[in-house]
Amino acid sequence: MATAASSNTAFFNQLKKYYTFYTGGFIAFVIILAIMEKMGLPPKIIGYIFLAATIALYAGIGVMSKTADVSEYYVAGRRVPALFNGMATGADWMSAASFIGMAGTLYAAGYDGLAFVMGWTGGYVLVALFLAPYLRKFGQFTIPDFLGARYGGHLPRTIGVLAAIICSFTYVVAQIYGVGLITSRFTGLEFGVGVYVGLAGILVCSFLGGMRAVTWTQVAQYIILIVAYMIPVVWLSVNITGNPIPQIAYGGALQEVTKIEKELNDPATPKGAAEASVRAIHKEKAKEWGDKIKALDDAVKAGNGAAFHAEQKGKVEKKLADLKAQTPETQAKAVADAEVKLAEMKAAPMPDAKAVADAEKKLADLKAAPVPDTKAIAATEKDLKDFPADIEKLKAKWAGAEKGAKAKSGAVAAHATPFSGKGAEKKLMKEAADKGETPSPEAIAKAKAEDKKTSDDKRNNFIALVLCLMVGTASLPHILMRYYTTPSVREARVSVFWSLFFIFLLYFTAPALAVLAKYVIYHDLVGSSFASLPAWVQNWAAVDPTLMKVADMNKDGLIQLAEVTIGTDLIVLATPEIAGLPYVISGLVAAGGLAAALSTADGLLLTIANALSHDVYYKMVDPNASTVRRLTVSKMLLLVVAILAAYVTSLKPGDILFLVGAAFSLAASAFFPALVLGVFWKRANYLGAVIGMLAGLLTCMYYMYMTYEFFGGVPANEWFAIKPIAAGVFGLPAGFLGVIIGSLITPAPSKEIQELVDHVRYPSLEGDISTKAA
Amino acid sequence: MQLTDKHREYWSKNLRLTAVLLAIWFVVTFVVIWFAKDLNEIVIAGFPLAFYMGAQGALIIYVLVIWFYARKMNQMDKDYGVHEGEE
Repeated sequence: MATAASSNTAFFNQLKKYYTFYTGGFIAFVIILAIMEKMGLPPKIIGYIFLAATIALYAGIGVMSKTADVSEYYVAGRRVPALFNGMATGADWMSAASFIGMAGTLYAAGYDGLAFVMGWTGGYVLVALFLAPYLRKFGQFTIPDFLGARYGGHLPRTIGVLAAIICSFTYVVAQIYGVGLITSRFTGLEFGVGVYVGLAGILVCSFLGGMRAVTWTQVAQYIILIVAYMIPVVWLSVNITGNPIPQIAYGGALQEVTKIEKELNDPATPKGAAEASVRAIHKEKAKEWGDKIKALDDAVKAGNGAAFHAEQKGKVEKKLADLKAQTPETQAKAVADAEVKLAEMKAAPMPDAKAVADAEKKLADLKAAPVPDTKAIAATEKDLKDFPADIEKLKAKWAGAEKGAKAKSGAVAAHATPFSGKGAEKKLMKEAADKGETPSPEAIAKAKAEDKKTSDDKRNNFIALVLCLMVGTASLPHILMRYYTTPSVREARVSVFWSLFFIFLLYFTAPALAVLAKYVIYHDLVGSSFASLPAWVQNWAAVDPTLMKVADMNKDGLIQLAEVTIGTDLIVLATPEIAGLPYVISGLVAAGGLAAALSTADGLLLTIANALSHDVYYKMVDPNASTVRRLTVSKMLLLVVAILAAYVTSLKPGDILFLVGAAFSLAASAFFPALVLGVFWKRANYLGAVIGMLAGLLTCMYYMYMTYEFFGGVPANEWFAIKPIAAGVFGLPAGFLGVIIGSLITPAPSKEIQELVDHVRYPSLEGDISTKAA
Repeated sequence: MQLTDKHREYWSKNLRLTAVLLAIWFVVTFVVIWFAKDLNEIVIAGFPLAFYMGAQGALIIYVLVIWFYARKMNQMDKDYGVHEGEE
């Protein structure tokens, strides 16, 4: 034992040395690139270098960690020290959505977005208290292993495998999507190509060395991603508040943001009045979209959907043809026609001032347009290329435009205020005041009740989502698997602490970043002139209009908040530029996002492949398979699953955030009751596990099927107005109930199984049985 | 394998610790969310309380809960003689 202890300490020190060198080397690499940038290296090349260098690095670690040992392949030899397992879990856990999307979600949703921050951290309390130490003591390879041993028979294991594959596959598709997005954004490759390049990056780590390679790559990836996240935020915080600790310093910025929010919502102030004028324009636009959607619905009802779609597409085609046909002569004629028309309008006995102004603007635009108008042609060509393939997609696109315009026509939501109502009461009072009346007490009470219901529904959904994310965290096999890799139960406990600590570093920074970014937009951007847009706004608007768009809608030459459109990913991506850092830091942020996506995808693919190769092939199909054969099957399956996942991703299915949420709800419903009761309730038995897991999984899937539009469900089917993303809130109690009822109607489990429960409860027992896997 | 009274005491102590820490987790998460609107009336250093709890406070408490559990249990293993060999 003494030798084992000293070799563990030596191993730990060796690792510490390696990763310290590695971190130093990486920082030196970034500094060298920064110097080269100063000397004139173009940004595009910097992007390529970052992509190539980091993937080569991961590949290097992957090749160095190649192994032919089963225990090394599945659980990294069970000698990963707590600290390093914590870093690996952090990288495994934090996905592209956390790294790039989280701060943007918080920017957009304010308090209501914090469900993700709490949900994705608080779950580790459950991992620590209910699962990690016990699973480590059990000490086999996969989560279905535990179900199989604890409940006996093939069925619990099979359901476990099925559930592990369903939730991991849903989640991995979202990750590969993120990889494709980052790769294509920073290298200019097509999304589809980016997906496969990223896939290569994922496979080089896991293919040769399994869990061992993935673990050591994930540690390296964690270091890159946390450095990449922190540098820009700290710099921004110093710029704005003069304090380098953003998590403390952003209180002042939050107060300022709250003050500006009030100003923008008050039409009596100059800024508020300008906002109101833009909101009125958005309101009109929303109505226009609404009318268009109505026309579309009517056409569909009359059975003319296809014709309507063709007609709309034809309009774009005609516009393109017209643009292309433009010559100086046709334009001169168009200008002349417009001038005649304008003169006629002005000469009318009662000229319509608004129509005249519109016509004047049209004329001015016509005169100013270049011939041929290459910019307009390119834009229209893109419109045509992206034109929705069928009538339903067209409707979805228009509905999206209507929703966007509607949202912008309303007041600015207060950042720190939870669960704001619809504002029905305010609206009623305002309308009545405009008319000079006092609304009846019944009308006020009705509006108040409406506001309260909206607010309560939001709160209930928030609670349900937090619960699903937390319990889902404590049930996702790729996370739980990581606690098999520590040397002991005590290290497993400490390792959960390190895991959450490393995750916490990023998660408690994201809310600060969201507020600081909001401060920049509200305080610096809003009210400034269109003539002098900051460079970062111009750059991002040129790169991708879905991320950043500004348009002077009310033609006052100043920027209003309702004129700015921001995509959620922008906040993290643009922070280096907002903070005035060189491009090399933007490259670093991209590398960090890639590290986050790759590491999570790695862990998930490994989980799926292991469930198939270990649980299905080795445990059920061929228990006598040789080591070499087991590993070969494992690697082949990894390849197949990876390619399948990339293929599904390239079809761009559904909404990514929903996919992620769905994975959590499914995992929570299927695994948590059976796993926790398996340790804490000796009476839980075979039938209980089978019924519980199936009940949880099926309830959850049924609810999603009934309520999520993608599967043809309708929101009217919702129970207690809970959104489908939080379906686990119904699946979870169904699961617990299933385990309890199923267990009580059949006899208690055998003595051997009860001894197994004692075995996992105590880190060490005299005369203990052994469940160590070979 | 026979469990002694000492073993049972270890397990019941573990259960009690688990329950207490779970209660803390529950309060800082769900009770705070339930009363978020009222708690936000309290502002400390520019932060409305419920907002700060969701953004940072609860997270800090989660980390501390796990740290405490690991420390306490690892000590208890030794006190009750159920700790693993010198690893």
